[in-house]
Amino acid sequence: MYDLLLIRYGEIGTKGKNRHVFEQRLQANIAAALRDLGIDEVERAYTRLYVPVKADLEEIIQRLQKVFGIASFSPVMRVPLEVEAIEEAAVKLVAESLRERRISPKDKLTFKVITHRANKGFPLTSPEMNKRLGACLLRKYPQLTVDVHQPQLSVEVEIREHYTYIYSERIPGVGGLPVGVSGKGVLLLSGGIDSPVAGYQMMKRGVEITAVHFHSYPFTSERAKEKVLDLAKVLSSYGGPVPVHVVHFTEIQKAINEHCPPKLMVTIMRRMMLRLAEAVAQRERAAALITGESLGQVASQTMESIAATNAVVRLPVFRPLIGFDKTEIVDLAERIGTYSISIQPYEDCCTIFVPRHPETHPKLAEVERAEERLPMEELMEEALARTEVVVCGK
Amino acid sequence: MIYLDNAATTRVIPDVAEVVQKAMTEAFGNPSSPHTLGLEAERLVRQAREAVAAALGCQADEVYFTSGGTEADNLAIRGTLQAKIRKGKHVVTSAVEHAAVLETLKHLAQLGLCEYTLVPPDSTGKVAPEDVVKAVRDDTVLVTVMTVNNEVGTIQPVAEIARLVKERDPEVCVHSDAVQALGKVRCRVKELGVDLLSISGHKLGAPKGVGGLYCRQGVRIVSQITGGGQEREMRSGTENVPGIVGLGRAVALAMEQMEEQTALWRRLQERLLALLEEIPDAQVMGSPLANAPHIVNVGFPGVRGEVLVHALAAEGLFVSTGSACSSRREVASHVLKAMGVNPQAAEGSIRISFGWENTMEEVERAAELIREAVRDLRRFQRY
Repeated sequence: MYDLLLIRYGEIGTKGKNRHVFEQRLQANIAAALRDLGIDEVERAYTRLYVPVKADLEEIIQRLQKVFGIASFSPVMRVPLEVEAIEEAAVKLVAESLRERRISPKDKLTFKVITHRANKGFPLTSPEMNKRLGACLLRKYPQLTVDVHQPQLSVEVEIREHYTYIYSERIPGVGGLPVGVSGKGVLLLSGGIDSPVAGYQMMKRGVEITAVHFHSYPFTSERAKEKVLDLAKVLSSYGGPVPVHVVHFTEIQKAINEHCPPKLMVTIMRRMMLRLAEAVAQRERAAALITGESLGQVASQTMESIAATNAVVRLPVFRPLIGFDKTEIVDLAERIGTYSISIQPYEDCCTIFVPRHPETHPKLAEVERAEERLPMEELMEEALARTEVVVCGK
Repeated sequence: MIYLDNAATTRVIPDVAEVVQKAMTEAFGNPSSPHTLGLEAERLVRQAREAVAAALGCQADEVYFTSGGTEADNLAIRGTLQAKIRKGKHVVTSAVEHAAVLETLKHLAQLGLCEYTLVPPDSTGKVAPEDVVKAVRDDTVLVTVMTVNNEVGTIQPVAEIARLVKERDPEVCVHSDAVQALGKVRCRVKELGVDLLSISGHKLGAPKGVGGLYCRQGVRIVSQITGGGQEREMRSGTENVPGIVGLGRAVALAMEQMEEQTALWRRLQERLLALLEEIPDAQVMGSPLANAPHIVNVGFPGVRGEVLVHALAAEGLFVSTGSACSSRREVASHVLKAMGVNPQAAEGSIRISFGWENTMEEVERAAELIREAVRDLRRFQRY
């Protein structure tokens, strides 16, 4: 019955002169999300995007619900700018709604007609259209009664430049900004619960993600790496392929373990990670780093610890979960589909070698002194040279 | 590559792979079909059944093919409980059984369909027959104790257990999971005195997905998979002819070569243990030389088993952890725990297990790789 999906975008509608950049990106992202369903044309007209229903409607809806930048969307019928055609479509729409809701002619259903007349050249005004369509539907379906305040069914009619669109459903989108409009960020992806959620949050603000994972084979397993790639694949369903830079971190961990005081091991390890992530960012022309830190969650996430690790990089480090409780992070992880992967019990480099009592208030000077014993350049070069890039998602 | 994880699974023996391939591409008929292709398949299944029966020392019609050891254990346990529902629902087992037994009992107990008693082993993993008999109650319907433990290789005194249990109450069924025993230690069902015995193909060079249950004539158990009535109504579903043919051939080969093969394994085991004992603080679990010849379980305090396994795999040596564990869960092996091994040693333990193709050179090289890896890894301790 439906010809198209009409897509509304919220926030980006307000972006002034850059608006067309945002619109084009959203259009491209939607096309990319639907391409393997055989849909590649996304039509853009004024402040709406249109996708043809050329595949399973439910599948298209599920995909669109993962595209950032969409405020809401509706499956619509498209008819010419003629009153008779509009009436006919409205009748069809109501018939389908009654069938879906199993409303027999003896039952009751309240409804109202809402006309949006963007095309002021259309001969009837919005109130006139509402009245005319309402009367037509009441004649046709005795089970209908009008309720303008809290109708069970809203028949919406959008009269636009070339066509009229008729629909009864508004499906909320995920909001946010189209992935890519805010630039590129390097996400430190560990395999735990937090970091994929942090990635999701930044994607929501339009950031294209490149992930970096620190692999410490044999201290961590191949399965831990597979798990991270699985997480990246879930993230890719929200905004296109996610390259994962798998950095060979073993030698660095060994060196830290050998040369640095146990209680500072975690701080120094985190500093090495940020340094490496920044190096990856330079290679990838990314402008920010992203971590899943949440203030006070563990020893390495106290204010002092964050300050001590942050000191080694010049790029901004985004920590979108900094003010989140664990339960909030878990809820989000479940919703976006990363939780069940994250809780697989393979260790990552953050949990091995961790001393029983790490320093919660590291002094920067002390940390820097301890680091002097590391052959820094050599270690960095070796780790980066042995970095493998795996692109996850289509 | 040196593969020493044969208690997990084995490479299929080329000769076995060949007969399996033939059963898939030539004698591919359904044994239930009346035409000649069906008859040919039926004949192959019968031959395999006879080979298994010969190995176990039973009648061919006492062998039922299943999808593997786990299904055989499930069939034995569930089938007995259902058949003896009037007598009771109590089961006696050991604390060191495979998950196929323990998890099945736990699950049934949660559903209220059984009660069970776990008999603890001694420090070598062996249960005392007297302890097993003491746990038998008037409402006990099944005693199930494995023939050879899969983690440490301990041989259980199944024959003595069966004898004492039958003395106490001949109505009690005795089952043994012999998945790790067939081809490694003597397992003749008459000598063991068991009513039910589970076996598996992929532990001895047959493909995965095939196993069997011996069910003594006159013992009634209830079928768990119903349908077309294959396997004399015991296990419906079109026979896995290629798997069954492979199992038959692998069992026949194992029996032919058993004396020679087990003697070689014992020599490999002795040599490996001698070499491993040179590693400082190496702790051998159980009492391997007095038990199954193909398994050695050894711990190295200060080294996590999982990490050691990964490090060895990077060098082309494949062994297994004594148990799956991670620092988040600290799940030590239930077997080692029951044996009273201290958790630190249990965490570091690995299992080395021989198969049909291992050689002395491989074992010596393996010992060297383990020594080096343990030395390297011990430098990186947790504080």
